[in-house]
Amino acid sequence: MEYFVIIIGSIFVSNIVLAQFLGICPFLGVSGKVSTSIGMSGAVLFVMTIATIVTWLIQTYILIPLGITFLQTISFILVIAALVQMVELILKKISPPLYQALGIFLPLITTNCAVLGVAIQTVSRDFNLLEGVIFAISNAIGFGLAMLIFAGLREHLDLMSVPKGMRGVPIALVTAGILALAFMGFGGLV
Amino acid sequence: MNQWKNFTKGFIKDNPVFVLLLGLCPTLGVTTSAVNGLGMGIATTFVLVCSNLVVSLVKNAIPDKVRIPSFIVIIASFVTIVELVMQGFTPGLFDALGLFIPLIVVNCVVLGRAEGFASKQSPISSILDGLGMGLGFAFALTLLGGIREILGNGSIFGLKFIEGDAMLVFVLSPGAFIVLGYLIAFINKIKKTA
Repeated sequence: MEYFVIIIGSIFVSNIVLAQFLGICPFLGVSGKVSTSIGMSGAVLFVMTIATIVTWLIQTYILIPLGITFLQTISFILVIAALVQMVELILKKISPPLYQALGIFLPLITTNCAVLGVAIQTVSRDFNLLEGVIFAISNAIGFGLAMLIFAGLREHLDLMSVPKGMRGVPIALVTAGILALAFMGFGGLV
Repeated sequence: MNQWKNFTKGFIKDNPVFVLLLGLCPTLGVTTSAVNGLGMGIATTFVLVCSNLVVSLVKNAIPDKVRIPSFIVIIASFVTIVELVMQGFTPGLFDALGLFIPLIVVNCVVLGRAEGFASKQSPISSILDGLGMGLGFAFALTLLGGIREILGNGSIFGLKFIEGDAMLVFVLSPGAFIVLGYLIAFINKIKKTA
């Protein structure tokens, strides 16, 4: 039951993009096409899950025993940056097709605040490792869901006659606002 | 003259939020009121100025290949300082901004200026650039926060001028997207006519 609450809560109720405003840059940047948004979501799912596991281990077995939790921000971002590089290298060797699909998105993920945000939330909410993994995966799914819906909407927006000043980013933001409004309907679900 | 330009370009012409579209996560996340926006803006300005200065001082000592990780360490150190200072002196604001304070590390504005400007320019220009960009960011956040607070809560900087309920949706998440969308459209319009 506990896990169910985490899953539904992070995919729908407090969606990472539309309710918590994390990962807005890729959300606006690479959501022009449905195919690229799928690639980006896959890369985020991959990195977010691994990053959450590694940062959780660092927090529990290094930072807390040594009493240096104030180094949390620095150590987490370094781990994530190193991890992204490592994932990129490993993927290139082991699975070239997967690298082809996710490759260009991986470097962007280092500065994706969703990854760091989820890692910090996992430790600040005192999740155990399994809960943390589920939390990370469902947040990544929530990210993918928002990206996919938004990319679909934007593909249609390209065909609409939008007033001149609103073209491009402004209309995309207003659309995202309406999408966020729709997601608010999930409020109170859990 | 040139130095003055380094300082002023961040306000309208190259405003990080409205024109460059950087750092949108904190922009949307914390601007539920003008005070929160201003607080976030000042915190980011501090990090920007300090990291720009340090990056431009050590730019010749850092090998090109490890440039980005080194910048991130420098930025993360200053973010930790801001975090501890805010926790100590402004606990209310610290709670209101919450997760977004450590997330200044991944704010694209800060890394973008370190990489795009401070790693090539002199320390003085870098400080001015950081100050200008930071204040432009703070200005954008305060404006957005102010508008959302007026529409959503009927108050400005905490002073209430409308009795009863206002349009609450503007304080909630959809309002952030919609207000920013119209603001950018408005700024585009001003820039075209000017």
